[in-house]
Amino acid sequence: MAAVQGGMVDAKDEADIKTEPASDGFGNNHANDSRLLSESPGSSAAAGNSKPAAGAPEDQQTLLAVLQFLRKNKLSESAEILRREAGLPEEVLDPKGADSAGSGLGGSADVDGGDASALLSRVTVPAPGGAKAPTKAGEDQPDVNVVLSAYSQQGDPALYQVYYNGLKKFIESVLDCHRAELSQVFYPLFVHMYLELVYNNHESEAKAFFERFSGDQECYYEDDLRILSGLTKKEHMRGNETLLDFRTSKFVLRISRDSYQLLKRHLQERQNNQIWNIIQEHLYIDIFDGMPRSKSQIDAMSGSLAGEAKREANKAKVYYGLLKEPEIELPLDDEDEEAENEEGKPKKKKPKKDSAGSKSKKQDPNAPSQTRIPLPELKDSDKLDKIMYMKESTKRIRLGPDNLPSICFYTFLNAYQGLTAVDVTDDSSLIAGGFADSTVRVWSVTPKKLRKVKTAADLNLIDKESDDVLERIMDDKTASESKCLYGHTGPVYGISFSPDRNYLLSSSEDGSVRLWSLLTFTCLVGYKGHNYPVWDTQFSPYGYYFVSGGHDRVARLWATDHHQPLRIFAGHLADVTCSRFHPNANYVATGSSDRAIRLWDVLTGNCVRILTGHKGPVHALAFSPNGKFLASGATDGRVLLWDIGHGLMVGELKGHTDTIYSLRFSRDGEILASGSMDNTVRLWDATKAFDDLETDDFTAATGHIHLQDNSQELLLGTYMTKSTPVIHLHFTRRNLLLAAGAYNP
Amino acid sequence: MAEERRQKQCSVSLPTESMKAMAESVGVGQLQEESCVALSEEVSYRIKEIAQDALKFMHHGKRRKLTTSDIDNALKLKNVEPLYGFQSQEFIPFRFASGGGRELHFYEEKEVDLSDIINTPLPRVPLDVSLKAHWLSIEGVQPSIPENPPPASKEQQKAESTEPLKVVKPGQEEKGAIQGKGQSTPAPDNKGKEKGLIRLKPRSTHELSVEQQLYYKEITEACVGSCEAKRAEALQSIATDPGLYQMLPRFSTFISEGVRVNVVQNNLALLIYLMRMVKALMDNPTLYLEKYLHELIPAVVTCIVSKQLCLRPDVDNHWALRDFAARLMAQSCKTFSTTTNNIQSRITKTLTKSLLDDKTQWTTRYGSIAGLAELGPDVIKTLILPRLTLEGARIKAVMEGPVVSNIDKIGAEHVQSLLLKHCASVIAKIRPQPDIAEQYRTDYGYLGPMLCSHVMKARTQAALQAQQVNRTTLTITQPRSTLSVSQSGLSGSGGPRTPSIIKVPSSLTLMSPRPGTPSQPSPPATKYIVMGTSSGAASTQQVITLSSSQSASPVTSTVPSATSTLQPLVKLEPGGGPGLTASRPLQKYIVVSLPSSASSLESKSSVLPTSISSAPVDGGIKLERSESPAASTQSPH
Repeated sequence: MAAVQGGMVDAKDEADIKTEPASDGFGNNHANDSRLLSESPGSSAAAGNSKPAAGAPEDQQTLLAVLQFLRKNKLSESAEILRREAGLPEEVLDPKGADSAGSGLGGSADVDGGDASALLSRVTVPAPGGAKAPTKAGEDQPDVNVVLSAYSQQGDPALYQVYYNGLKKFIESVLDCHRAELSQVFYPLFVHMYLELVYNNHESEAKAFFERFSGDQECYYEDDLRILSGLTKKEHMRGNETLLDFRTSKFVLRISRDSYQLLKRHLQERQNNQIWNIIQEHLYIDIFDGMPRSKSQIDAMSGSLAGEAKREANKAKVYYGLLKEPEIELPLDDEDEEAENEEGKPKKKKPKKDSAGSKSKKQDPNAPSQTRIPLPELKDSDKLDKIMYMKESTKRIRLGPDNLPSICFYTFLNAYQGLTAVDVTDDSSLIAGGFADSTVRVWSVTPKKLRKVKTAADLNLIDKESDDVLERIMDDKTASESKCLYGHTGPVYGISFSPDRNYLLSSSEDGSVRLWSLLTFTCLVGYKGHNYPVWDTQFSPYGYYFVSGGHDRVARLWATDHHQPLRIFAGHLADVTCSRFHPNANYVATGSSDRAIRLWDVLTGNCVRILTGHKGPVHALAFSPNGKFLASGATDGRVLLWDIGHGLMVGELKGHTDTIYSLRFSRDGEILASGSMDNTVRLWDATKAFDDLETDDFTAATGHIHLQDNSQELLLGTYMTKSTPVIHLHFTRRNLLLAAGAYNP
Repeated sequence: MAEERRQKQCSVSLPTESMKAMAESVGVGQLQEESCVALSEEVSYRIKEIAQDALKFMHHGKRRKLTTSDIDNALKLKNVEPLYGFQSQEFIPFRFASGGGRELHFYEEKEVDLSDIINTPLPRVPLDVSLKAHWLSIEGVQPSIPENPPPASKEQQKAESTEPLKVVKPGQEEKGAIQGKGQSTPAPDNKGKEKGLIRLKPRSTHELSVEQQLYYKEITEACVGSCEAKRAEALQSIATDPGLYQMLPRFSTFISEGVRVNVVQNNLALLIYLMRMVKALMDNPTLYLEKYLHELIPAVVTCIVSKQLCLRPDVDNHWALRDFAARLMAQSCKTFSTTTNNIQSRITKTLTKSLLDDKTQWTTRYGSIAGLAELGPDVIKTLILPRLTLEGARIKAVMEGPVVSNIDKIGAEHVQSLLLKHCASVIAKIRPQPDIAEQYRTDYGYLGPMLCSHVMKARTQAALQAQQVNRTTLTITQPRSTLSVSQSGLSGSGGPRTPSIIKVPSSLTLMSPRPGTPSQPSPPATKYIVMGTSSGAASTQQVITLSSSQSASPVTSTVPSATSTLQPLVKLEPGGGPGLTASRPLQKYIVVSLPSSASSLESKSSVLPTSISSAPVDGGIKLERSESPAASTQSPH
């Protein structure tokens, strides 16, 4: 990748001297292309941040886009190199050919999407990940022009207020059952009308319009309105991300057919073309048959930057079941018996294990096939760990409303407001903290101290055949309770232990994700791809893969042995603030500042769920251990519960008064713990929250959700810390809850 | 409100003057007005953009405060060079300067002498990050350890009492604090009956833990016991400990029952102790007392107006207790009176009623006047001043008429001095000068001439008054464990006295095991020092010597402690600006507060430097009038 970047830089230098005669023609073509994009976003060929298509075509499309970009910027040499390396035919460099190729590929979207082996092999193509990110800013530019020009058509600016007011009066006068639904139109309409005024240089009208009607908008749009209010000049509209989001993604509204007809009739009767045009061009109205929704139902689902999710977006099948773990069964019994015999406690736990084994043997109909995603093979040490896990889980405490977990709080003292991320290993033996001063620190919370592996010279001396070779390679002189890892050049915002405790991932403001070895306590790899701060990273539950998400609005899936991402999950309209793997490692959930949560299929790279309803940036996600549910927490202080299979909101937990930074289900999923900036840990009755659901009601799936306001019943406990925001929670294998945060005097 | 804010959002932008100032600072002399407008709009927009990005970094940094590094990171996102030199954990102070019609905010950059830095000793190395574990909760219950916050906040207590239907969650009902355990030294165990004394019937569902029961026992025993040091500790504990709310019902009952019994017993010392407990409870910021006012207020009022509070009303200084209780009352009126409970008006009514009654005894009369007077100058003006003539006549009848009884005479004397003390300052405020004794006599009758002299004193004092400290403490030094009369016989030894004053057969009775207490000899002398600030007067120290012998009358000496220290501070020199600063370079800001009534002084000096500053300001001394709290309120609380 470095080579590619270097090449680009060189090419740029040359481009200053040379001029490419074909560039004009290409510019036109690109404009055409983009127009095509806005008509049918699904078949986009130009921009990598458009709708994600299936694996291979996606790669190729991205490539094409990159090639086009290079050509447009007169970097023909780089383009040629890239083309040759990617093994693409000559004619892609021809603009017309590129266009047809792009759309053709777009049409045959999922040719070999199911081919699992392709997932790993495909990364050998060097270009997409590396070259794409640097081009991000460049790609935006032509887009902006197209986007903005859509606003150029205009009516009389003075009439905007009249139009809007007319519609407002109309909606206020319709029947109650339709009013709530039609009121949804206000906000997107308001924004687009305002932007139109600004674009056409009617600054004073725009201000007057804003002042008159901004107060009517729902309170949860306040943040966006604040951004809008600052935007009063046409020049500001270039490069404004919020604005771009608004235009590139159509605002989605779900409206029942009756209400929609009502609106349509009204607008046509009044000849109110201005508004009608906006509705047609900038809004996506998802019409459903059935009862109009009530205000509370709408409020529960709205709040996202781009409106609600389309219904089709959540229709894909999600295999939310867990993978069975067949390989472990046999060695497990053998080794466990051995272990027990050694301990002199023969066969005491045998019956229990059998039952556990038989349970996991049953194939969950909702589970993905075992080989859907190639998973790393289990090593002996992993198997030993599994055995430990099984043993521990037999000692697990059954939690419930009458049997609350004990909470052990790890306070980081003297952190000087610098603690930014915490993670705990699955077996709760290590705890790591990421700090604003770019360091990562690892503590051992067991008596076992942290030791480095001996130096290469010393390693040569030890007897490799001895049984305790793993013990011998460690250098006792380096034993200490904590170790500090230096390497990042900016605050460390995300941190994650690998399941086998050998590695640690950290993501930072400097745009890199680093992989650290916990044997040598050195950095092994720096994954560069994100060009902007990386907010979060997490290892897959089976190791090997990890996901990262950052300010560049994409989440990336990586494998530890590839320096470039395997998948780029693009679609969020703002920063990806947090990312979590599904327990079966086949899906990744990402939360974003656009106040939506997306679920991505790791295999195809498709977005399979869009969950809207949060009113602030999502900062915490947690999957239930059975893989069926997702909990999410945001700056609005609410925890929302989602049914993944149906893609519906199933619960809302109110109580926190500040951003929720951490969510965790207990090992058996009975209790949901949430930790927040408001210095509290709260425990919620997850069993009750999910048991009360009647999944049959979901058939309509039009968003007629009935949320009970039972937060108070579900809240099992609130535990204040003295002055310590809770930024991480972890259930040990025996269901003891560990919480962590930095004391903030 | 949100709407207003939002409307403001639209128009907020930097003033064009700032643009000009900045342009000048980089060498652009004349900037067109239009350019300034355009620039300010653009700059405002960009600043807002950066602030929004910086917020993201704050959120991800898991902080509530935006720091300069967040701004730097946000700038970095935009590919802008960060601002150097603004690294600070604390806020960065901006200075303000004006001159030549311009107003500027600037960041003060001092020139730093490198040799200074090199020569100063190195600061201590900041502590390294460390990890500490504690139990936040054990099986759903939060343990009361120093690492955890105090059990229940005031708001929570309020919520519990106002919305009792809300189910208490397991996390919220923690065990109370046991901090007091360490503070009060373990008293000898009183076996048997004494243990039963404190076991009150719980009125709420909260059970006290063993530690809490112990704590409660220790505290109550120390509060009414003989050892003053212990008592001070116990009161301190009540006033500061955060975890007492569960014991509050017990304390409240203890006090109300204690007062009831001891009023009957005329046990002055215990009543004082109990009032001090009330004071301590009121001082505790974590307690939600509103729930227990129905028990506490009657107890306090009893101590104000009861006919008899001590065994020898002619000798014992129950007046001090009445004053103290009256002050407590005023304080609780101030803190707890709302439109719904109307404490203040109800108390005022009660006190007025007893004041208006002709048959009221002198003691009660004293109490009601004290109680009313403490409620503030307005109350004095409307309720006491009109009655001055009447009261004067009554006092005159006792003082100059045939001697009825010594007790009445003492009572009348006290009422007289009380009236003079409280009314003088109020009259000084509302009555124009000059003060002529004859006029006063016609206006206020018998008390007139005395009032006149007091008013004059008050006027001069008010002028001299500097900042005052409002204090209401009642310190009672007891040389021996004596006031609790009956017990001295029991314990015998000089060791820690058994705190067996309290005996609860069915209700709480604070009494001796032996009934016939009066026979016991009173202690030779008990000294009460009452520190207090009354309205208008400088803080005084009253030393009241209580002698048990029949002949000795209470000696009350009032030491105006404030005047000696205050006088040198306040020097009024007409127009003596520079000279003054030169002569007293060390004095920084002396704030002299002048009540509006001190017109006499103002008339004398045309330029009155009410604040004297040593900092040389160009235009001479800055005149700054700041009213000290005491002067502005003129009420003790």
